[in-house]
Amino acid sequence: MGTRRRARRGRVIFEVFRQERAGQAFQHAGSFVAPGPEFAEAYAREFYGRRGESEALWVVPRDEIAEIGEFVDELHRNYHRVDGYSLREKLGRARERAGTATSAG
Amino acid sequence: MTTKPRTEQEFLDHVQAGGLVESGDWMPDEYRARLVKFIEMHGNSELMGVLPEREWILRAPTLQRKLALTAKVQDEAGHAQLIYRVVEDLGKPREQCLADLVSGTSKFHNVFHYPTKSWGDVGVIAWLVDAAAIISQKALLKCSYAPYARIMKKICWEESFHILHGRDVVLTMMLGTDEQRALVQEALTRWWGPLMQFHGNPISADDDPTYQWRIKSQANEDARQQFLDGYVPQIWELGLIVPDPKLRQREDGVWEYSEPDWDELKHVVTGHGPMTEERLGFRRTTREETAWVRDVVLAEAA
Repeated sequence: MGTRRRARRGRVIFEVFRQERAGQAFQHAGSFVAPGPEFAEAYAREFYGRRGESEALWVVPRDEIAEIGEFVDELHRNYHRVDGYSLREKLGRARERAGTATSAG
Repeated sequence: MTTKPRTEQEFLDHVQAGGLVESGDWMPDEYRARLVKFIEMHGNSELMGVLPEREWILRAPTLQRKLALTAKVQDEAGHAQLIYRVVEDLGKPREQCLADLVSGTSKFHNVFHYPTKSWGDVGVIAWLVDAAAIISQKALLKCSYAPYARIMKKICWEESFHILHGRDVVLTMMLGTDEQRALVQEALTRWWGPLMQFHGNPISADDDPTYQWRIKSQANEDARQQFLDGYVPQIWELGLIVPDPKLRQREDGVWEYSEPDWDELKHVVTGHGPMTEERLGFRRTTREETAWVRDVVLAEAA
């Protein structure tokens, strides 16, 4: 909470996430600048709720959001992915060995 | 997992293949500059667009209309704030946008430089100007700059209410007295020229840099044809006369019309419209008069 936050106050960018219907995932809806949380709530209600178009809103200071955008896979860990499992070729051979292979397969 | 473009050519290939760009991504300077100019003008237009209608809030014929018009003005001001936020994230502060707007450095759409002479104009603006605008804005749902495309969903949704409101105003007047019907016809006659200029000169998409960067996703003439296709039949069915003797739809569906006055368009958007000075002056004055509110709010929050 130190000086960094105080210096920023007065002009905070808030990101708004909107849930359109109960049970749905929240989706990013937009952002606005507000002097603090009280204004942020009022603005959020006006911008994203005045026509009853939202079930609920999440209003978050942008600086509090940690964004992660690079996913480097240096070790090529394909066992986490579908392409790590090539069943088709093995299944073909297994069927042949079991004598259940069809002519098309 | 896709590799992000690192050079101008890679970037161009990326957007032309339908790729999207986020605010933190690397982008060529020209792309950023064109985005800022384009989006800022859109924001300016939303903000200036409330002034022609604001003039009629106090003169609206019923309480319901007064409330609906006020709500429309609130919507448009909200759009301006959303759009200026996108510009801010691209590097140009909102304060600078507003300063450039009132000094006449930046532009806003041609239709907001004209007077609102009667309640008929209010109906025609909300119906047809918003209809023309929603065609451009729907195309922006496909803009390569994703943060801009995303806010367009909310904007288009709200604009659809404005068209309803405008059409309702026009229909009500067309069901009224001869004087009321005449007011609508006069307004349509006044607004037809600016409406036909609204989507810009018929520059081909290949020559339009905003299309090349996929900021826009359709050519100007496509937008105008879509407007004519959607709305001329609706105008005609009310017995209104479109003031263009050459207007007709060919067998192949293409609309023919008299050449819009491109000199007028250029003259108006460069700050020489009939209401440009007055409306910018109003913006300037209110900006000064409300400065204390911003000071108090920001001081209290600090």
